[in-house]
Amino acid sequence: MTPTAQDLIDFVYAEARLIDERRFPEWLALFADDGMYWMPLEWNQQDQWLTTSLMHEDKLMLQVRVERLEGERTFSQKPKSRCQHLLQLPQVDEIDHENGVYRTYTPFHYAETRFDEQLILAGWARHQLCVVDGALKIRMKRVDLVNCDAPFRNIQLFV
Amino acid sequence: MNDQIARIRALQRPGEVHRDAYVAPDVFDMEMKHLFRNAWVYVGHASQIPGKGDYYATQVADQPVLMVRHTDNSVRVLYNRCPHKGTQVVIDTQGNTGKFFRCPYHAWSFKTDGSLLAVPLKKGYQDTEFKSSCAAKGMTPVPHVREYREFIFARINDQGPSFEDFFGDSLSSLDNMIDRSPAGRLEVVGSPLRYAHNCNWKMLVENQTDTCHPMVAHESSAGTVKDIWERQEEGTKKPMVVELALPFMSSYEFFEGMGIRIWDNGHGHTGVHHSIHSDYSDIPGYNDQMQAAYGKDRAAEILNENRHNTVYFPNLMIKGPIQTLRLFKPIAADKTLVESWIFRLVDAPDKLLERTAMYNRIINAPTSIVGHDDLEMYERAQSGLASDGMEWVNIQRLYEEGEGDEPEQIYNGTTEAQMRNQFRAWEKFMLMSMEKEGTS
Repeated sequence: MTPTAQDLIDFVYAEARLIDERRFPEWLALFADDGMYWMPLEWNQQDQWLTTSLMHEDKLMLQVRVERLEGERTFSQKPKSRCQHLLQLPQVDEIDHENGVYRTYTPFHYAETRFDEQLILAGWARHQLCVVDGALKIRMKRVDLVNCDAPFRNIQLFV
Repeated sequence: MNDQIARIRALQRPGEVHRDAYVAPDVFDMEMKHLFRNAWVYVGHASQIPGKGDYYATQVADQPVLMVRHTDNSVRVLYNRCPHKGTQVVIDTQGNTGKFFRCPYHAWSFKTDGSLLAVPLKKGYQDTEFKSSCAAKGMTPVPHVREYREFIFARINDQGPSFEDFFGDSLSSLDNMIDRSPAGRLEVVGSPLRYAHNCNWKMLVENQTDTCHPMVAHESSAGTVKDIWERQEEGTKKPMVVELALPFMSSYEFFEGMGIRIWDNGHGHTGVHHSIHSDYSDIPGYNDQMQAAYGKDRAAEILNENRHNTVYFPNLMIKGPIQTLRLFKPIAADKTLVESWIFRLVDAPDKLLERTAMYNRIINAPTSIVGHDDLEMYERAQSGLASDGMEWVNIQRLYEEGEGDEPEQIYNGTTEAQMRNQFRAWEKFMLMSMEKEGTS
């Protein structure tokens, strides 16, 4: 598979839709085996490993989250949270067929709600994609929140 | 004042606490005015302000304060308020102010010990009593400040006990965390996680030594890790995250055996004999560094002490073996801001810091599934306490005669003795300045 710019854009939209529709196992399958989801704590944070992040998770940790969200005794999901992504048109930052590196940049607004409480977040998603067995997969999804350093209430789903 | 004393005394009876201790705004106001002013409260760590003029703004009790490194290298804690019109002199969390603070409103300036340096157009005060005004004294210092191995604490009221009397032998937990650095020093790394809870601050503090909740409340998170781990092929190398999360699912027997130690003045810790932090993998090179720094026996002594959570009453918790610190900042009777900080063990391998950073984000973050489990319980409790069907909270578990009679006592790890210890200290520090005011 040789992805086009439109393929990358379609992928980013489809990924957000899977989260909004709570199709988490399908969403998880979008990650490469060595894929990471990273939400930094600090503005312009460079270090993934030696400082605190809000999330910095490999596929195993993401699998824990996905299974937990449907768990019988997951009390913080009784009732379940809902979320909605509003994405700007993803910008294609890099298409490098030779090295199999594809990068997009997507400003977003995100709403997550449970009971009477609604959380609104805004920020930028940076996807680094690759092709595995003929399909696009996520190698890194970096989500920078515009208020990354604010005191948050629970963020339970996936921005 | 007598009314207040009676109000506070009526909030406890043996093994029970009245719900007003958690939900009533007047009780919260008394906590801020008395308890949090009579106790030694954590301000910050010296590594946050390494250079002269470096400052860090925070709160002690309900008071906006800043700590700053003065020109003589000492750490000063000042109320963050211009003596002129009240403007907060700094509003960013940290920075460097140089040799003096300058209020952004009318350019009054202050040395970093708070004393007034200059006022523009000073002759306008010539024919006034300005010199004897309180404004002329500059930014007010918090009167009692103590730096202990770079941890900075402050006490606002004069009534409270000395630093040594307040903490007693509980400082051994702080010592152990610091001694785990081959250089005997810690450094704050990065910003804290900030997590807004709609519950009373004491629920969070009590939960630090609540050993009967992990296997229940965290079944959803740590239990899922366990499920997934057990489905892995045999021989799979145990990832760091699994190593950190699995002990949360330990049995009641494990937590009973862990033990709880209580000290005077509301301090205490879980994990006397072992803890959920005892069985982490060795980090290559670290043991050698520790032995080189301390000698074999002392290094082993330091590393074999694996205390779980140490509560420093009223609102601080540290985890020595994983180098995290949590500060429970009271905002209102039903609002608490939790800050979770991490430290680098100076001169130790980076892998230790990597483990610390991971622990902090998987356990303490507003995006953490373990955090979600806990917050859900606190907030359900805060809401549930509105019920008039029952007005008392029960903390009777494993009560024994003589609790609090000695400066240090050790109990079965599932006791609620530390919660009772906190409430003994709570009443003591609440009443301390009320009685002083009442008799004067």
